[in-house]
Amino acid sequence: MRLTCPLCGPRDRREFTYYGAGDYLSRPDPGAPAEAWDNYLHLRDNPAGPTRDLWYHDQGCAAWLLVSRNTITHEITGVELVADRKGGRDEA
Amino acid sequence: MRYSGWKVVLEGLRGNRGWKPAWRDPAPKAHYDAVIIGGGGHGLSTAYYLAKNHGMTNIAVLEKGYLGGGNVGRNTTIVRANYFLPGNSEFYSHSLKLWEGLEADLNYNVMHSQRGLINLFHSDGQRDAFARRGNAMINQGDDAVLLDQDGVRELLPYLDFEQTRFPVYGGLLHPRGGTARHDAVAWGYARGADRRGVDLIQNCEVTGIDIEGGKVRGVQTTRGVIRADKVAIITAGRSGQVAAMAGMRLPVESHILQAFVTEGLKPVIDHVISFGMGHFYISQSDKGGLVFGGDLDFYTSYAQRGNLPMVEHVMEAGMTLMPMIGRAKVLRSWGGVMDMTPDGSPIIDKTHIDGLFLDCGWNYGGFKAVPASGWCMAHLMATNESHEVARRFRLNRFATGHLLDEEGTGSQHNLH
Repeated sequence: MRLTCPLCGPRDRREFTYYGAGDYLSRPDPGAPAEAWDNYLHLRDNPAGPTRDLWYHDQGCAAWLLVSRNTITHEITGVELVADRKGGRDEA
Repeated sequence: MRYSGWKVVLEGLRGNRGWKPAWRDPAPKAHYDAVIIGGGGHGLSTAYYLAKNHGMTNIAVLEKGYLGGGNVGRNTTIVRANYFLPGNSEFYSHSLKLWEGLEADLNYNVMHSQRGLINLFHSDGQRDAFARRGNAMINQGDDAVLLDQDGVRELLPYLDFEQTRFPVYGGLLHPRGGTARHDAVAWGYARGADRRGVDLIQNCEVTGIDIEGGKVRGVQTTRGVIRADKVAIITAGRSGQVAAMAGMRLPVESHILQAFVTEGLKPVIDHVISFGMGHFYISQSDKGGLVFGGDLDFYTSYAQRGNLPMVEHVMEAGMTLMPMIGRAKVLRSWGGVMDMTPDGSPIIDKTHIDGLFLDCGWNYGGFKAVPASGWCMAHLMATNESHEVARRFRLNRFATGHLLDEEGTGSQHNLH
């Protein structure tokens, strides 16, 4: 499995650390109720098929990446810099 | 048909023409008292104990493929009760006791072999931690022996004790730990449940869960609508998709865990050896293959196959620990889909929907839990109360903070 880092190009999976689901881009406001934080920290759609998750290029440019992947085929369909997103947050 | 040594001899003399199928292949009925989604180890044992302990026989197990075709058919078969935390300790202790009586109970040879499990340690600090763990195991009523380096050397003379990265200081021996034949456990429970009247329905995929007024009414399947007063989701790595049919999001991520087996060799490894620092563990099957595995690939996956970096890592760890296995040829590898929770402990609980129950989150430790998981899930479904040894496996513990973090690494999805 190889990820194409927008800054470094195609690199081996070993250079990257998986952090978790793209849910992490939708951080609740500090004053949000506990259920919102439980939803953000723990509950997951855990899709079988297309998914988006956060990876960290720790053996490369140290960028945070939003990776679009298929969890059944391991196909990588897109890699973008989290830094390119407004405020690093998920607009979706 | 009751199995016995005499029966084997008799059938041998008669050309083995008298064997019958071990279970029926019934068509689904329109209504059951309870339906279990998932015909793996945990689902089958739940059905068995619902029938045996609670007299519920108008029940069905719905399996989208074939019985035991998931993780119970693709694991490394280790059976142990060496947990530390209250909440886990009593549960796995109960499970090991059930394992010890399982063959007589099921009239089925599950090849349970208590060959002893040794967890290696490599520093003074780790020795202290294992001493504490051993004391917790003894307090629970199980067995543990703290071995120094000479003690390990006596049992496992072939380890590389002087390796510079992780020199072996000693190990915690769990004499009652061991292995069992994975498929036989599924088949034994299936046969036991079938004989008590449970319908085991294969090639029957659940496509929807019917809920009316906050109460479960039944399920939609590829073989028609089935009404049921109680429905249990026991679908391991696929729990997220099935729970979504009931509108639920679970604290579960599905990850891939790889394992490997070599060609058959003469007996060489007599125990189960766990080398936690290298993420490596190994035992030898009765057929002679070395069965070993490592850590998760560490990204969500349903592919039932992993990637090469973890293959390399596992092989390196094995060679570090026991260079003698370097000439063995790997026969095959496989991957299981692990239902990982943030704290690494399972869930056996009711849901907010009346009559809908959930048994999932077995992480990479589901095999040894098969008997107690079924026992406790059956208790929960029959009585609506958690069994006393499973009362901490709550679905909402991440929201309430009552975590069961056995590894002590934190409660976060990428840490277990």
